Amino acid sequence: MTTVSNDSPVLGSDLKAPTFSSRHVTVIQPTHGWAVFDLAEFWRYRDLFLALAARDVKLRYRQTALGVIWVLVQPLVASVIFTVLFSKVANFPSGHVPYFLLTLTGSLGWTAFQNTMTKTSNSLIGNAQLVSKVYFPRLILPLSTVVSSLIDFAVCFVVMIALLIVYRVTPHLGFLLFPVWLLLMLMQAIGFGLYAGALMVSYRDIQYVLPIVIQMGAFATPVYYSMAFAAEKTPSISWFFYMNPLSGLLEAMRWSILSLPGPNLGTLLYSVIASVLIFIGGVMMFRRMERKFADVI
Amino acid sequence: MSSNETGKVDAKDVAISVRNLGKSYTISHQQVRFSTAAEAIMHRVRNPWKRASENETFWAMEDMSFDVERGDVVGVIGRNGAGKSTLLKVLSRITEPTTGKAIMYGRVGSLLEVGTGFSGELTGRENIFLSGAILGMTRRETTQQFDAIVDFSGVEQFLDTPVKRYSSGMYVRLAFAVAAHLNPEILIVDEVLAVGDAEFQKKCLGKMGEVAQSGRTVLFVSHNMQSVSLLCNKGLFLRKGRLDYQGSVHEAIQRYLTTFSSGIEEDENPDIRPGSGEYRIMKVTSDTKMFTPEQTKTFRFRVEKRRGLIGRLALTVTILNEVGAEVAQCDSRFVGFWVDDTDTIECELSLRTPWLKPGTYRMDAYILSPGVVDKYEGACGFEVSPVLPYKHSATDDATAHAPILSDFDWSSDEVRFVNRGSLDALPEIPSMSRS
Repeated sequence: MTTVSNDSPVLGSDLKAPTFSSRHVTVIQPTHGWAVFDLAEFWRYRDLFLALAARDVKLRYRQTALGVIWVLVQPLVASVIFTVLFSKVANFPSGHVPYFLLTLTGSLGWTAFQNTMTKTSNSLIGNAQLVSKVYFPRLILPLSTVVSSLIDFAVCFVVMIALLIVYRVTPHLGFLLFPVWLLLMLMQAIGFGLYAGALMVSYRDIQYVLPIVIQMGAFATPVYYSMAFAAEKTPSISWFFYMNPLSGLLEAMRWSILSLPGPNLGTLLYSVIASVLIFIGGVMMFRRMERKFADVI
Repeated sequence: MSSNETGKVDAKDVAISVRNLGKSYTISHQQVRFSTAAEAIMHRVRNPWKRASENETFWAMEDMSFDVERGDVVGVIGRNGAGKSTLLKVLSRITEPTTGKAIMYGRVGSLLEVGTGFSGELTGRENIFLSGAILGMTRRETTQQFDAIVDFSGVEQFLDTPVKRYSSGMYVRLAFAVAAHLNPEILIVDEVLAVGDAEFQKKCLGKMGEVAQSGRTVLFVSHNMQSVSLLCNKGLFLRKGRLDYQGSVHEAIQRYLTTFSSGIEEDENPDIRPGSGEYRIMKVTSDTKMFTPEQTKTFRFRVEKRRGLIGRLALTVTILNEVGAEVAQCDSRFVGFWVDDTDTIECELSLRTPWLKPGTYRMDAYILSPGVVDKYEGACGFEVSPVLPYKHSATDDATAHAPILSDFDWSSDEVRFVNRGSLDALPEIPSMSRS
């Protein structure tokens, strides 16, 4: 047995190479600056992704009597309240469809956005033990939560379809574009969620700020009213509605499902580009900050 | 001792190569302390440009270079804060190094905690798959190992019960069972054997031994020198964030033990130890580093006066075993021993009972007046040899259930009568050899 040598020159080039060839060689060294999203590694950890997603889904309904019903409560209750408030009390218009369907569609999209963003941002500190004791691509944690948000969305969507039948609304061909709007909206939610989640590791304050921001966002975004109407009523701040990258997507969702007039092309294009940039920006910020996670969490 | 003697692996292969590896943390020292958030904000408003805290760089691990050959089982030892956990965290890729480089040749599995990611609401079955995935197994690997895992854990009846209803013993057994079936080429393990009951610990140790014998490379951190010497063929001894020794496991353990009495550790600097500090324990020595369990153990103390007169002093020491449990306390007040106010005091402690179990021990020593004048953790370290003080031998479980050995007799009038009456007629029990 050769003893471990103490006298070898301490140079990087002196690293001893093995005489066998192993498929797995891991190099550990300090990294700096922006890191790319390593898709190959992410793929190697797909089973962990699925296991974490399955855990989230199972935990959500364990020991609840009504189970999946709870997913519907929030968007439905909000839709009813704002229908009464905005349509009956304030007399907001909703075109050729019942106001309830307008708020419900908005609610459907907004709930998906809010759930995704909240869950991705909380996933790191909610799994602090994992982050500090095991290695895996850190993006797995926030991204795996999207699965349970999507399942929640699917449940709501089925109810939405049922209500469309009840209200005898026949969607047009634009209905097929709905998944595109949803995807873009989730990209924004994930982008913001990743950034907020990474910040939350160092500053738990974000945890308390985020719900407030989300609550305000629900009113600053045309979730329970139509953007065209709001912009027309308040011309001085109409730019605000157009600046919000979610506005175009929510309007586009209503166009797809309810055949209401959609956003103009400029607004839509702006939303699409913003969604992609927010997503990429979120991933990059996350990758940049993830080096410190295990040390500060 | 070497696992390479199994002849299955080429001793020339390098599994882990580490050069100049270092990790620093930034610690901030608050210059002004605030008790409320409002105060902190007001301070900030009044001094907008002043930085709230001074930053200091602390090196948890510095300039480590070593190679580990394939098939080596390396014990990483050192006192608290020596950098063991940091080294393991860097090699497991949980955190990045600040300087240097390490290359791992082979699939790495790391086990820094038992039951990481276990979820109380999920059933045992569900947790096996979750935990397997977290430790880096694919779903297929976990499925293949499922029966073996369940078998090892011994909780098959409760597989479909949420683990929050498990006893802590069952929980730990299941968690370790999953980890034990991880099949990496390089395994990194941190102190995970210090869980569960004695019987299960032995099972874990056996499993670890199996892993070690199978030609896999293992880095093993433990404070339990018995298991380190049992499992490992190489040792890395870390001190204050640096690699102090690399080589044979026995030499590494020896160096670790001498740090408890050699005047080089942080705690050995009397000026920065806790306590009011009028008197300090300068040195504690024992007659020998290796006692037998029943031997009277003698320790010599040298106490020096640093300043001020505070009257009579009492000395008290606690003896701690390798898992950190206190097994004996000797307070000088009980035997009417008080130290008078002189400049240097030499005194001696003789410990007759309890009989100590074989293993490594540490002594913490205190000067009391009656407030704590000096607190010296790890004042002395010693070992107790594995020769039991009993006439006959028995299986290991005959001593497994108590932290100390007892001086006892079993007797009965009848047996005594039989013994006395027909001593020669008694047959020798063949399996019980005389020690």
